[in-house]
Amino acid sequence: MPGVETPLEKWTGKVHEVTLGGNGRKSITVGGESTLPFLSFEAPIPHPPVVAIEVLDMEPQDWSPHLVSVWGDALKDPAVWAKKAVECGADLIVLRLRSAHPEAGDTGVDHAKKAVEAVLAAVDLPLIVLGPEVEEKDNEVLVGVSDVARGQKIALGNCSEKNHRTIAAVCLSDGHVAIGKSPIEINLAKQLNILLSDVGLAPESILMDPTTGALGYGLEYSYSVMERLRIAALMGDKMTAMPMLCTVGEESWRQKESRATEGLPPLWGDHQERAILWEEITAVSLLNSGADIVVLRHPRVVERIKATIASLVG
Amino acid sequence: MALSGIEIYKFLPKTNCKKCGFPTCLAFAMKVAQKTVDIITCPDLSDESRQALESAGRPPIKLVSIGADGKKLEIGNEVVMFRHEKTFYHPPGIMRRIKDSSPAETVAQQVAEVTEFKVDRVGIELSLNGFAIENDSGDGAAFAKCVEAVMAKTDLPLVLMSSKPEAMAAALEKSAASRPLIYAATGDNWEPMAELASKHGCPLAVAEPKGLSELAALVEEVNKKGVEDIVLDPGARDLGSSLNTLTQLRRLAIKKNFQPLGYPIITFPGTNAASVDEEAVLASQQVAKYAGIIVLDNFSPALAYPLLTLRLNIYTDPQKPIQVQPGVYPIGAPKESSPLCVTTNFSLTYFSVAGELEGSGHAAWLLVCDTEGLSVLTAWAAGKFDAEKIAKNFKEFDVASKINHQRVIIPGRVAVLKGEIEEELAGWDVMVGPPDAMDIGGYLKNNWSN
Ligand code: B12
Ligand code: SF4
Repeated sequence: MPGVETPLEKWTGKVHEVTLGGNGRKSITVGGESTLPFLSFEAPIPHPPVVAIEVLDMEPQDWSPHLVSVWGDALKDPAVWAKKAVECGADLIVLRLRSAHPEAGDTGVDHAKKAVEAVLAAVDLPLIVLGPEVEEKDNEVLVGVSDVARGQKIALGNCSEKNHRTIAAVCLSDGHVAIGKSPIEINLAKQLNILLSDVGLAPESILMDPTTGALGYGLEYSYSVMERLRIAALMGDKMTAMPMLCTVGEESWRQKESRATEGLPPLWGDHQERAILWEEITAVSLLNSGADIVVLRHPRVVERIKATIASLVG
Repeated sequence: MALSGIEIYKFLPKTNCKKCGFPTCLAFAMKVAQKTVDIITCPDLSDESRQALESAGRPPIKLVSIGADGKKLEIGNEVVMFRHEKTFYHPPGIMRRIKDSSPAETVAQQVAEVTEFKVDRVGIELSLNGFAIENDSGDGAAFAKCVEAVMAKTDLPLVLMSSKPEAMAAALEKSAASRPLIYAATGDNWEPMAELASKHGCPLAVAEPKGLSELAALVEEVNKKGVEDIVLDPGARDLGSSLNTLTQLRRLAIKKNFQPLGYPIITFPGTNAASVDEEAVLASQQVAKYAGIIVLDNFSPALAYPLLTLRLNIYTDPQKPIQVQPGVYPIGAPKESSPLCVTTNFSLTYFSVAGELEGSGHAAWLLVCDTEGLSVLTAWAAGKFDAEKIAKNFKEFDVASKINHQRVIIPGRVAVLKGEIEEELAGWDVMVGPPDAMDIGGYLKNNWSN
């Protein structure tokens, strides 16, 4: 009988371990993998991936009715929204300062500070705060947020190749974690990690957002760039070994398949079911290519993906 | 794995007799490795060497085809662990399970739901691949009757599922010509099942959940019966066990060239699933991580459409982006006074822009330029999306005849082209749109008055 020898790979590198929260606040640690996602036959899984729920600092205007109906009035107040997110099983909260976007309200640093303080007070989960992704406003609001959240070890994002000094500097001084977001491209992701390290941030204080393409809208690009980044890390490249964060909810619910409910081919089937599957399938695919944090929007998806992670970790 | 010149050389007579037209056997071997000349050109090659060469040159995962000519499903013959290393070649067949214990009308309806399901995405038709008929009744006659009923409604490939050789034999009497997959040979029944497979010339699934060594041993027994078209079922019905087991199977075939397990895999994501979502998530994982056939217990358009989109994405050749036909596309019901936008024929780009325009409710004309399927910035960086090319597409698709104004909106990310385009297209006013298609609705609201 041909005995089958278990085919093990000899990986030499490991993913950095990044911890959020702590001293009074719940903490989570992600990363530390020494094999490809969930291959427990090859090596233990030190920290299973975690699920974040995305909360906006303003009532979203153009969200799918399926999201509006399930969250209801919580959408009007980030603290209430965050509390409800805890009940839905979130491991951490991602607060997006959408209102600071010039086209959405152009609110300033005071508004941002109030929103962050309210969420920090409302829940004891670790927190990630994302700016409106407009350079000057990101710097303005995130510097203020970094100050009010000092000691809570939150994560701040997004740093980019063109705009990372200010945010990285306050993360360094206030003890936070910086998130670098690069276009879906392995060398650009690595380059940004190098820039953040040059500012002085330790690898354990950097998270990577390699840019999420949703199912049908670039998923295969994200899927392959993340596999390449993770393989490079396992082969010893320290500058691609940062844990990865994927904005699955934002990208999945932005697409027509989830947003539109009228004027669609009947054969697309039930709107709600499809929209929920759109987020779930994007999430499970990117978890299998290396995501350590998936940021979701729909509570049913949070429940399904947490169960999926538990089953995969075994 | 394709053999190298040196490996081929070992099988040759090494007499350098030049009958093949090459100065030496080694030179000949090198050309065979590059597939520019066929091995049979060497007249002195012994039969044993040729067979040995063929099995050594066999793809690490055998190509197995299911179904009759014209409707064939081909699976297997994959050569890499990760799509970015080259590409994945044969997308998994996605089948719906039907039980022979179901009433005839239910069977008819379940078949119709699948055969009527056709959805178009980026110009490609998405549909399921066939049916897995399960001998749930345990009775041969009922099984054969159900197979016949399904075949009356569709010529899509079939998987016949029974543990009873006699029931399988009865079903094969009705269906062998359409080359169904026989599921399955197990430790208990592999001999009669292997005989049925070789008698009817049908592919055979080998199911052994005890372990990969046991599965390999069973495959070797079945090989001895002359059955070569095999599909593996290693059990592993949960997310974790499926990912770990299917990864090991792929590595054994691709990296270790372990031929007893060098076959495509069949999975059943619904078996242990407590909900449709749970089945969908496992099925999705199996699309990317290594299934050759996926049998769904639950079917609905809401599940099929995203699952087939995922299969399309994962199996797109990373080097060959999917393109749409260049031309002028009406979005909504545009009139002469509607705005004209320009974009590229990379499907992702086209569908992002077309989707946002439709979502914005603002009718418009969309000039899709031929950039050989590259996105806006990629094409611009590669010199395939510049003022000259845009002007050429303008004339080629007679854009001016569709509108009564001379304004064109270009992607915000290539604002730099404004001046050049205005030079190429005298009299035209080039408006710089937002960088992201998402903001086109807002942009048109503020900047376009019919
Ligand atoms: C995937 C990818 C590739 C793939 C090709 C994918 C494809 N089919 O285009 C590959 C790997 C082949 C590739 C190759 C190259 N790439 Co490339 N690639 C990317 C990547 C990661 C994603 C591109 C993509 O899919 N975008 C998604 C589509 C939907 O975006 P889009 O077409 O721009 O459309 C959006 C907007 O432009 C807007 N829009 C589009 N049309 C319209 C129309 C109107 C009217 C409006 C208002 C808006 C609008 O809406 C869309 C959605 O937001 C980007 C980085 C990134 N994340 O953007 C780099 C990127 C585009 N590539 C880049 C480069 C440099 C190249 C190469 C030249 C690299 C090299 N040195 O060889 C080559 C060139 C190709 C060649 N053959 O020579 C650069 C371009 C830099 C620049 N400023 O010019 C980028 C930005 C990466 C980077 N930052 O360096 N690339
Ligand atoms: S014909 Fe055959 S034996 Fe003769 S040189 Fe060519 S490869 Fe060698």
